[in-house]
Amino acid sequence: MKSISAKAIHEAVRDMIMDACRLLSDDVYDAFTKAHAEEESASAKEVMAQLIENADLARNTQLALCQDTGSAVFFVDYGEDVKIEGGSLEQVLSDAMVEAYDKGYLRKSMCHPLTRKNTGDNTPPIIHAHVVPGDVLRIRFMAKGGGSENMSRVAMLKPAQGWAGIRDFVVRTMAEAGPNPCPPTVVGVGIGGTFDLAPTLAKKALFRPIGVRNADPEVAAMETELLAAINDLGIGPMGLGGKTTSLDVKVEMHPCHIASLPVAVNVQCHSSRTKEVVF
Amino acid sequence: MATYNLTTPLRDEDVVPLHAGDVVYLTGTIYTARDAAHRKLMEALDNEERLPFELQGAIIYYVGPAPAPPGCAIGSAGPTTSGRMDSYAPRLHALGVKASIGKGKRSQEVRDALQEHKGVYFGATGGAGALLSQRITASEVIAYPELGPEAIRKLTVKDFPLLVVNDAHGAELYAKPRYEP
Repeated sequence: MKSISAKAIHEAVRDMIMDACRLLSDDVYDAFTKAHAEEESASAKEVMAQLIENADLARNTQLALCQDTGSAVFFVDYGEDVKIEGGSLEQVLSDAMVEAYDKGYLRKSMCHPLTRKNTGDNTPPIIHAHVVPGDVLRIRFMAKGGGSENMSRVAMLKPAQGWAGIRDFVVRTMAEAGPNPCPPTVVGVGIGGTFDLAPTLAKKALFRPIGVRNADPEVAAMETELLAAINDLGIGPMGLGGKTTSLDVKVEMHPCHIASLPVAVNVQCHSSRTKEVVF
Repeated sequence: MATYNLTTPLRDEDVVPLHAGDVVYLTGTIYTARDAAHRKLMEALDNEERLPFELQGAIIYYVGPAPAPPGCAIGSAGPTTSGRMDSYAPRLHALGVKASIGKGKRSQEVRDALQEHKGVYFGATGGAGALLSQRITASEVIAYPELGPEAIRKLTVKDFPLLVVNDAHGAELYAKPRYEP
Protein backbone atom coordinates (compact mmCIF):
# COMPACT_ATOMS: atom_id res chain seq x y z
CA MET A 1 0.00 0.00 0.00
CA LYS A 2 1.31 3.46 -0.86
CA SER A 3 0.14 6.38 1.26
CA ILE A 4 -0.13 9.80 -0.35
CA SER A 5 -1.16 12.79 1.73
CA ALA A 6 -4.21 14.75 0.62
CA LYS A 7 -2.15 17.91 1.19
CA ALA A 8 0.53 16.82 -1.31
CA ILE A 9 -2.13 16.01 -3.91
CA HIS A 10 -3.92 19.29 -3.24
CA GLU A 11 -0.79 21.37 -3.79
CA ALA A 12 0.28 19.53 -6.93
CA VAL A 13 -3.18 19.67 -8.48
CA ARG A 14 -3.64 23.35 -7.61
CA ASP A 15 -0.33 24.27 -9.25
CA MET A 16 -1.03 22.05 -12.26
CA ILE A 17 -4.34 23.83 -12.92
CA MET A 18 -2.85 27.31 -12.63
CA ASP A 19 -0.01 26.32 -14.96
CA ALA A 20 -2.31 24.64 -17.50
CA CYS A 21 -4.39 27.80 -17.90
CA ARG A 22 -1.39 30.08 -18.44
CA LEU A 23 1.46 28.02 -19.93
CA LEU A 24 0.62 26.57 -23.33
CA SER A 25 2.28 23.17 -23.68
CA ASP A 26 5.17 22.78 -26.13
CA ASP A 27 3.29 20.49 -28.53
CA VAL A 28 0.52 23.06 -29.03
CA TYR A 29 2.93 25.99 -29.24
CA ASP A 30 5.04 24.16 -31.83
CA ALA A 31 1.89 23.37 -33.83
CA PHE A 32 1.06 27.11 -33.85
CA THR A 33 4.55 27.93 -35.12
CA LYS A 34 4.27 25.30 -37.85
CA ALA A 35 0.81 26.54 -38.92
CA HIS A 36 2.08 30.12 -38.99
CA ALA A 37 4.90 29.07 -41.31
CA GLU A 38 2.66 27.00 -43.58
CA GLU A 39 -0.29 29.37 -43.94
CA GLU A 40 -0.22 31.53 -47.06
CA SER A 41 -3.09 33.99 -46.67
CA ALA A 42 -2.43 37.18 -44.72
CA SER A 43 -5.44 36.71 -42.44
CA ALA A 44 -4.55 33.12 -41.49
CA LYS A 45 -0.94 34.12 -40.81
CA GLU A 46 -2.13 37.09 -38.73
CA VAL A 47 -4.37 34.88 -36.55
CA MET A 48 -1.54 32.41 -35.92
CA ALA A 49 0.85 35.29 -35.10
CA GLN A 50 -1.68 36.62 -32.58
CA LEU A 51 -2.07 33.20 -30.98
CA ILE A 52 1.72 32.87 -30.60
CA GLU A 53 1.92 36.38 -29.13
CA ASN A 54 -0.98 35.54 -26.81
CA ALA A 55 0.79 32.40 -25.56
CA ASP A 56 4.01 34.37 -24.96
CA LEU A 57 2.10 37.08 -23.09
CA ALA A 58 0.28 34.60 -20.83
CA ARG A 59 3.56 32.83 -20.06
CA ASN A 60 5.17 36.09 -18.94
CA THR A 61 2.25 37.56 -16.96
CA GLN A 62 -0.50 36.31 -14.65
CA LEU A 63 -3.05 36.46 -17.48
CA ALA A 64 -4.87 33.28 -18.50
CA LEU A 65 -4.40 32.17 -22.12
CA CYS A 66 -8.16 32.46 -22.64
CA GLN A 67 -10.86 33.98 -20.44
CA ASP A 68 -12.77 30.71 -20.70
CA THR A 69 -10.75 28.67 -18.26
CA GLY A 70 -13.31 25.99 -18.68
CA SER A 71 -15.07 23.26 -16.86
CA ALA A 72 -12.43 21.54 -14.73
CA VAL A 73 -12.21 18.01 -16.16
CA PHE A 74 -10.13 15.31 -14.51
CA PHE A 75 -9.18 11.82 -15.68
CA VAL A 76 -7.71 9.83 -12.82
CA ASP A 77 -5.97 6.44 -12.79
CA TYR A 78 -6.38 5.42 -9.18
CA GLY A 79 -4.12 2.52 -8.22
CA GLU A 80 -5.71 -0.22 -6.11
CA ASP A 81 -2.74 -0.03 -3.76
CA VAL A 82 -2.97 3.73 -3.15
CA LYS A 83 -4.37 5.18 0.04
CA ILE A 84 -5.05 8.91 0.23
CA GLU A 85 -4.35 10.10 3.78
CA GLY A 86 -6.52 12.90 5.08
CA GLY A 87 -9.25 13.21 2.48
CA SER A 88 -11.20 11.63 -0.35
CA LEU A 89 -10.08 11.85 -3.98
CA GLU A 90 -13.17 13.81 -5.01
CA GLN A 91 -12.86 16.31 -2.17
CA VAL A 92 -9.15 16.94 -2.66
CA LEU A 93 -9.58 17.51 -6.42
CA SER A 94 -12.50 19.86 -5.83
CA ASP A 95 -10.71 21.84 -3.10
CA ALA A 96 -7.51 22.14 -5.14
CA MET A 97 -9.53 23.28 -8.13
CA VAL A 98 -11.36 25.93 -6.10
CA GLU A 99 -8.08 27.32 -4.76
CA ALA A 100 -6.47 27.34 -8.23
CA TYR A 101 -9.39 29.20 -9.82
CA ASP A 102 -9.33 31.76 -6.99
CA LYS A 103 -5.57 32.31 -6.68
CA GLY A 104 -4.86 31.97 -10.41
CA TYR A 105 -7.35 34.67 -11.55
CA LEU A 106 -9.26 32.03 -13.51
CA ARG A 107 -12.89 32.47 -14.54
CA LYS A 108 -15.60 30.57 -12.71
CA SER A 109 -17.80 29.22 -15.47
CA MET A 110 -20.10 26.63 -13.87
CA CYS A 111 -23.78 27.40 -13.38
CA HIS A 112 -27.20 25.87 -12.74
CA PRO A 113 -28.40 24.56 -16.11
CA LEU A 114 -31.79 26.28 -15.95
CA THR A 115 -31.60 29.27 -13.59
CA ARG A 116 -28.05 29.90 -14.94
CA LYS A 117 -26.95 30.94 -11.43
CA ASN A 118 -23.16 30.70 -11.23
CA THR A 119 -21.91 28.29 -8.56
CA GLY A 120 -19.31 30.97 -7.78
CA ASP A 121 -16.21 28.80 -7.42
CA ASN A 122 -16.21 26.69 -10.62
CA THR A 123 -17.51 23.65 -8.71
CA PRO A 124 -18.23 20.94 -9.34
CA PRO A 125 -15.30 19.47 -11.27
CA ILE A 126 -16.07 16.70 -13.76
CA ILE A 127 -14.16 13.61 -12.59
CA HIS A 128 -13.58 10.39 -14.55
CA ALA A 129 -11.81 8.00 -12.16
CA HIS A 130 -10.65 4.52 -13.09
CA VAL A 131 -9.35 1.92 -10.68
CA VAL A 132 -6.12 0.43 -12.05
CA PRO A 133 -3.72 -2.22 -10.73
CA GLY A 134 -0.67 -1.12 -8.73
CA ASP A 135 0.26 1.87 -6.61
CA VAL A 136 0.17 4.67 -9.16
CA LEU A 137 -1.99 7.77 -8.86
CA ARG A 138 -2.12 9.63 -12.17
CA ILE A 139 -4.23 12.79 -12.30
CA ARG A 140 -4.82 14.46 -15.64
CA PHE A 141 -6.50 17.87 -15.90
CA MET A 142 -8.16 19.62 -18.81
CA ALA A 143 -9.54 23.18 -18.79
CA LYS A 144 -12.40 22.54 -21.25
CA GLY A 145 -13.87 25.59 -22.91
CA GLY A 146 -17.58 25.84 -23.64
CA GLY A 147 -17.50 27.18 -27.19
CA SER A 148 -15.74 24.15 -28.58
CA GLU A 149 -17.65 21.75 -26.32
CA ASN A 150 -20.89 23.08 -27.84
CA MET A 151 -19.76 22.00 -31.31
CA SER A 152 -19.20 18.40 -30.15
CA ARG A 153 -21.53 15.65 -31.35
CA VAL A 154 -22.39 12.00 -30.75
CA ALA A 155 -24.10 9.63 -33.20
CA MET A 156 -25.35 6.06 -32.97
CA LEU A 157 -24.53 4.90 -36.50
CA LYS A 158 -25.69 1.68 -38.09
CA PRO A 159 -22.94 -0.96 -38.24
CA ALA A 160 -23.45 -1.06 -42.02
CA GLN A 161 -22.25 2.55 -42.27
CA GLY A 162 -18.77 1.48 -41.19
CA TRP A 163 -15.68 3.62 -41.69
CA ALA A 164 -17.29 5.71 -44.46
CA GLY A 165 -20.12 6.66 -42.09
CA ILE A 166 -17.71 7.51 -39.31
CA ARG A 167 -15.56 9.65 -41.59
CA ASP A 168 -18.58 11.52 -42.96
CA PHE A 169 -19.93 12.18 -39.46
CA VAL A 170 -16.61 13.50 -38.16
CA VAL A 171 -15.93 15.74 -41.16
CA ARG A 172 -19.53 17.00 -41.29
CA THR A 173 -19.34 17.88 -37.59
CA MET A 174 -16.27 20.01 -38.25
CA ALA A 175 -17.79 21.59 -41.39
CA GLU A 176 -20.90 22.60 -39.45
CA ALA A 177 -18.79 23.90 -36.56
CA GLY A 178 -17.02 26.24 -38.99
CA PRO A 179 -15.51 29.24 -37.19
CA ASN A 180 -17.42 28.70 -33.92
CA PRO A 181 -15.07 26.45 -31.88
CA CYS A 182 -11.99 28.68 -32.36
CA PRO A 183 -10.10 26.80 -35.07
CA PRO A 184 -7.48 25.52 -35.57
CA THR A 185 -9.01 22.86 -33.37
CA VAL A 186 -7.87 19.56 -31.94
CA VAL A 187 -10.45 16.85 -32.64
CA GLY A 188 -11.03 13.93 -30.27
CA VAL A 189 -12.93 10.99 -31.77
CA GLY A 190 -14.33 8.05 -29.81
CA ILE A 191 -15.41 5.02 -31.81
CA GLY A 192 -17.30 2.14 -30.22
CA GLY A 193 -18.20 1.41 -26.63
CA THR A 194 -21.68 2.53 -25.58
CA PHE A 195 -23.71 5.75 -25.84
CA ASP A 196 -21.82 7.13 -22.83
CA LEU A 197 -18.38 5.62 -23.42
CA ALA A 198 -17.84 6.98 -26.96
CA PRO A 199 -17.76 10.66 -25.85
CA THR A 200 -15.59 9.78 -22.86
CA LEU A 201 -13.10 8.13 -25.23
CA ALA A 202 -13.26 11.21 -27.46
CA LYS A 203 -12.45 13.45 -24.53
CA LYS A 204 -9.70 11.17 -23.24
CA ALA A 205 -8.16 11.19 -26.73
CA LEU A 206 -7.58 14.94 -26.40
CA PHE A 207 -4.90 14.35 -23.75
CA ARG A 208 -2.57 12.75 -26.29
CA PRO A 209 0.02 15.34 -27.44
CA ILE A 210 -0.25 16.81 -30.92
CA GLY A 211 1.73 14.78 -33.42
CA VAL A 212 1.57 11.55 -31.41
CA ARG A 213 -0.42 8.90 -33.27
CA ASN A 214 -2.46 6.05 -31.81
CA ALA A 215 -0.22 3.02 -31.17
CA ASP A 216 -2.49 0.87 -33.37
CA PRO A 217 -1.37 1.49 -36.99
CA GLU A 218 -4.95 1.07 -38.31
CA VAL A 219 -6.28 3.70 -35.93
CA ALA A 220 -3.27 5.93 -36.64
CA ALA A 221 -4.16 5.75 -40.36
CA MET A 222 -7.72 6.85 -39.53
CA GLU A 223 -6.33 9.87 -37.67
CA THR A 224 -4.18 10.87 -40.62
CA GLU A 225 -7.07 10.46 -43.08
CA LEU A 226 -9.49 12.46 -40.91
CA LEU A 227 -6.98 15.28 -40.37
CA ALA A 228 -6.42 15.62 -44.12
CA ALA A 229 -10.18 15.57 -44.84
CA ILE A 230 -10.88 18.23 -42.19
CA ASN A 231 -8.07 20.48 -43.38
CA ASP A 232 -9.33 20.11 -46.96
CA LEU A 233 -12.48 21.95 -45.79
CA GLY A 234 -10.38 25.13 -45.90
CA ILE A 235 -12.12 26.72 -42.90
CA GLY A 236 -8.75 27.85 -41.55
CA PRO A 237 -7.68 29.74 -38.42
CA MET A 238 -10.72 31.46 -36.84
CA GLY A 239 -12.74 30.49 -39.93
CA LEU A 240 -11.02 33.07 -42.15
CA GLY A 241 -9.87 30.45 -44.67
CA GLY A 242 -6.58 28.60 -44.76
CA LYS A 243 -4.77 25.30 -44.59
CA THR A 244 -5.07 24.71 -40.85
CA THR A 245 -8.62 23.95 -39.74
CA SER A 246 -7.41 21.39 -37.18
CA LEU A 247 -4.00 20.91 -35.61
CA ASP A 248 -4.59 17.20 -35.07
CA VAL A 249 -7.15 14.40 -34.82
CA LYS A 250 -6.98 11.80 -32.04
CA VAL A 251 -8.99 8.58 -32.28
CA GLU A 252 -9.64 6.08 -29.50
CA MET A 253 -11.49 2.86 -30.34
CA HIS A 254 -13.28 0.31 -28.15
CA PRO A 255 -15.36 -2.82 -28.89
CA CYS A 256 -19.11 -2.20 -29.06
CA HIS A 257 -22.40 -4.14 -29.11
CA ILE A 258 -23.16 -6.14 -32.28
CA ALA A 259 -26.14 -3.83 -32.89
CA SER A 260 -24.27 -0.55 -32.51
CA LEU A 261 -21.65 1.78 -33.89
CA PRO A 262 -21.36 4.75 -31.50
CA VAL A 263 -19.20 7.66 -32.66
CA ALA A 264 -18.42 10.80 -30.74
CA VAL A 265 -16.54 13.94 -31.73
CA ASN A 266 -15.21 16.11 -28.92
CA VAL A 267 -14.03 19.42 -30.32
CA GLN A 268 -11.18 21.22 -28.58
CA CYS A 269 -10.30 24.82 -29.40
CA HIS A 270 -6.71 25.79 -30.26
CA SER A 271 -6.19 26.68 -26.60
CA SER A 272 -5.71 23.01 -25.75
CA ARG A 273 -4.90 23.08 -22.05
CA THR A 274 -4.06 19.75 -20.46
CA LYS A 275 -1.53 18.75 -17.84
CA GLU A 276 -0.86 15.80 -15.56
CA VAL A 277 0.73 14.88 -12.25
CA VAL A 278 1.79 11.37 -11.30
CA PHE A 279 2.40 10.13 -7.75
CA MET B 1 -9.57 45.48 -47.50
CA ALA B 2 -9.55 48.88 -45.81
CA THR B 3 -8.47 49.81 -42.30
CA TYR B 4 -10.52 52.17 -40.14
CA ASN B 5 -9.94 53.83 -36.77
CA LEU B 6 -13.34 54.36 -35.17
CA THR B 7 -14.45 55.94 -31.89
CA THR B 8 -17.61 55.17 -29.95
CA PRO B 9 -20.53 55.66 -30.03
CA LEU B 10 -20.94 54.52 -33.63
CA ARG B 11 -23.20 56.32 -36.07
CA ASP B 12 -24.69 55.22 -39.40
CA GLU B 13 -21.90 57.07 -41.25
CA ASP B 14 -19.30 55.02 -39.33
CA VAL B 15 -20.97 51.69 -40.08
CA VAL B 16 -22.17 52.00 -43.67
CA PRO B 17 -18.69 52.31 -45.29
CA LEU B 18 -17.51 49.09 -43.60
CA HIS B 19 -17.27 45.90 -45.64
CA ALA B 20 -16.66 42.30 -44.63
CA GLY B 21 -12.89 41.82 -44.31
CA ASP B 22 -12.09 45.38 -43.30
CA VAL B 23 -9.92 45.90 -40.21
CA VAL B 24 -11.20 48.25 -37.52
CA TYR B 25 -9.34 49.62 -34.51
CA LEU B 26 -11.98 50.71 -32.02
CA THR B 27 -11.45 53.30 -29.29
CA GLY B 28 -13.92 54.40 -26.63
CA THR B 29 -16.59 52.75 -24.50
CA ILE B 30 -18.12 49.33 -25.09
CA TYR B 31 -20.38 47.15 -22.94
CA THR B 32 -19.99 43.48 -22.11
CA ALA B 33 -23.00 41.17 -22.21
CA ARG B 34 -23.27 37.45 -22.83
CA ASP B 35 -25.96 34.82 -22.28
CA ALA B 36 -27.34 35.60 -18.81
CA ALA B 37 -26.99 39.38 -19.18
CA HIS B 38 -28.95 39.28 -22.44
CA ARG B 39 -31.73 37.40 -20.69
CA LYS B 40 -31.81 40.15 -18.04
CA LEU B 41 -31.80 42.90 -20.68
CA MET B 42 -34.78 41.28 -22.42
CA GLU B 43 -36.67 41.09 -19.11
CA ALA B 44 -35.90 44.75 -18.48
CA LEU B 45 -37.20 45.66 -21.96
CA ASP B 46 -40.34 43.54 -21.46
CA ASN B 47 -40.99 45.29 -18.14
CA GLU B 48 -40.23 48.72 -19.62
CA GLU B 49 -37.48 49.24 -17.04
CA ARG B 50 -34.51 51.53 -17.46
CA LEU B 51 -31.59 49.72 -19.07
CA PRO B 52 -28.10 49.81 -17.54
CA PHE B 53 -26.63 51.60 -20.55
CA GLU B 54 -27.73 53.74 -23.50
CA LEU B 55 -28.45 51.48 -26.48
CA GLN B 56 -28.24 54.25 -29.11
CA GLY B 57 -24.91 53.84 -30.91
CA ALA B 58 -23.75 51.18 -28.45
CA ILE B 59 -21.33 48.34 -29.08
CA ILE B 60 -21.89 45.09 -27.19
CA TYR B 61 -18.92 42.80 -26.59
CA TYR B 62 -19.86 39.15 -26.06
CA VAL B 63 -17.34 38.34 -23.34
CA GLY B 64 -17.12 37.01 -19.81
CA PRO B 65 -13.68 38.17 -18.69
CA ALA B 66 -11.39 36.39 -16.26
CA PRO B 67 -10.64 38.19 -12.95
CA ALA B 68 -8.00 40.92 -13.19
CA PRO B 69 -4.55 39.99 -11.87
CA PRO B 70 -2.80 42.72 -9.84
CA GLY B 71 -1.80 45.67 -12.00
CA CYS B 72 -4.19 44.80 -14.84
CA ALA B 73 -7.41 46.62 -15.76
CA ILE B 74 -9.04 43.29 -16.55
CA GLY B 75 -8.15 39.62 -16.90
CA SER B 76 -8.07 37.66 -20.12
CA ALA B 77 -10.97 38.97 -22.23
CA GLY B 78 -11.50 37.38 -25.64
CA PRO B 79 -14.82 36.91 -27.45
CA THR B 80 -17.33 34.14 -26.81
CA THR B 81 -19.41 32.40 -29.52
CA SER B 82 -21.90 34.95 -30.86
CA GLY B 83 -24.53 32.55 -32.17
CA ARG B 84 -25.94 32.06 -28.68
CA MET B 85 -26.99 35.74 -28.69
CA ASP B 86 -28.68 35.53 -32.12
CA SER B 87 -32.18 35.38 -30.66
CA TYR B 88 -31.61 38.67 -28.80
CA ALA B 89 -29.54 40.68 -31.29
CA PRO B 90 -32.24 41.82 -33.77
CA ARG B 91 -34.30 43.41 -30.98
CA LEU B 92 -31.24 45.28 -29.69
CA HIS B 93 -30.28 46.50 -33.17
CA ALA B 94 -33.85 47.76 -33.67
CA LEU B 95 -33.38 49.82 -30.48
CA GLY B 96 -30.17 51.48 -31.66
CA VAL B 97 -27.30 49.09 -30.92
CA LYS B 98 -24.85 49.56 -33.80
CA ALA B 99 -22.43 46.68 -33.37
CA SER B 100 -21.59 43.50 -31.58
CA ILE B 101 -18.19 41.87 -31.08
CA GLY B 102 -17.77 38.12 -30.85
CA LYS B 103 -16.62 35.08 -32.78
CA GLY B 104 -18.40 32.62 -35.04
CA LYS B 105 -21.39 32.59 -37.35
CA ARG B 106 -24.56 34.70 -37.08
CA SER B 107 -28.07 33.70 -38.13
CA GLN B 108 -29.84 35.06 -41.19
CA GLU B 109 -32.15 37.01 -38.84
CA VAL B 110 -29.16 38.85 -37.37
CA ARG B 111 -27.69 39.52 -40.82
CA ASP B 112 -31.06 40.91 -41.95
CA ALA B 113 -31.20 43.13 -38.85
CA LEU B 114 -27.73 44.49 -39.63
CA GLN B 115 -28.92 45.49 -43.10
CA GLU B 116 -32.20 46.94 -41.89
CA HIS B 117 -30.74 48.97 -39.02
CA LYS B 118 -27.27 49.76 -40.43
CA GLY B 119 -25.36 47.60 -37.99
CA VAL B 120 -22.15 45.62 -38.09
CA TYR B 121 -20.85 42.39 -36.55
CA PHE B 122 -17.18 42.42 -35.67
CA GLY B 123 -14.99 39.40 -35.02
CA ALA B 124 -12.16 39.46 -32.51
CA THR B 125 -9.61 36.65 -32.32
CA GLY B 126 -11.06 33.88 -30.15
CA GLY B 127 -8.67 32.42 -27.63
CA ALA B 128 -6.41 35.48 -27.70
CA GLY B 129 -7.90 36.77 -24.46
CA ALA B 130 -4.61 37.73 -22.83
CA LEU B 131 -3.58 39.75 -25.88
CA LEU B 132 -6.96 41.47 -26.26
CA SER B 133 -7.00 42.42 -22.57
CA GLN B 134 -4.02 44.69 -23.26
CA ARG B 135 -6.27 46.98 -25.34
CA ILE B 136 -8.75 47.41 -22.47
CA THR B 137 -7.71 50.26 -20.21
CA ALA B 138 -10.61 50.30 -17.72
CA SER B 139 -13.38 47.95 -16.60
CA GLU B 140 -16.31 48.61 -14.28
CA VAL B 141 -19.31 46.40 -13.43
CA ILE B 142 -22.40 48.54 -14.08
CA ALA B 143 -25.21 45.97 -13.79
CA TYR B 144 -26.12 42.48 -12.58
CA PRO B 145 -23.03 41.87 -10.37
CA GLU B 146 -24.71 38.66 -9.15
CA LEU B 147 -23.97 37.15 -12.58
CA GLY B 148 -20.24 37.09 -11.79
CA PRO B 149 -18.32 36.77 -15.08
CA GLU B 150 -21.60 37.45 -16.93
CA ALA B 151 -22.22 40.84 -15.26
CA ILE B 152 -22.49 43.86 -17.58
CA ARG B 153 -19.22 45.77 -17.60
CA LYS B 154 -18.40 49.14 -19.09
CA LEU B 155 -15.04 48.79 -20.81
CA THR B 156 -12.75 51.51 -22.07
CA VAL B 157 -10.84 50.28 -25.10
CA LYS B 158 -7.94 51.75 -27.06
CA ASP B 159 -7.32 50.57 -30.65
CA PHE B 160 -9.21 47.33 -30.01
CA PRO B 161 -8.45 45.13 -33.06
CA LEU B 162 -11.49 43.88 -34.99
CA LEU B 163 -12.43 42.37 -38.32
CA VAL B 164 -15.73 43.14 -40.05
CA VAL B 165 -17.43 39.73 -40.32
CA ASN B 166 -20.99 40.75 -41.30
CA ASP B 167 -21.51 44.22 -42.74
CA ALA B 168 -24.61 46.36 -43.29
CA HIS B 169 -24.79 45.21 -46.92
CA GLY B 170 -25.37 41.49 -46.36
CA ALA B 171 -21.81 40.25 -46.90
CA GLU B 172 -19.98 37.73 -44.70
CA LEU B 173 -16.28 37.12 -44.24
CA TYR B 174 -16.08 33.49 -43.09
CA ALA B 175 -14.76 30.83 -45.44
CA LYS B 176 -17.38 28.37 -46.70
CA PRO B 177 -16.38 24.70 -46.40
CA ARG B 178 -14.76 23.75 -49.72
CA TYR B 179 -16.83 20.59 -50.04
CA GLU B 180 -19.94 18.94 -48.66
CA PRO B 181 -18.88 15.92 -46.55
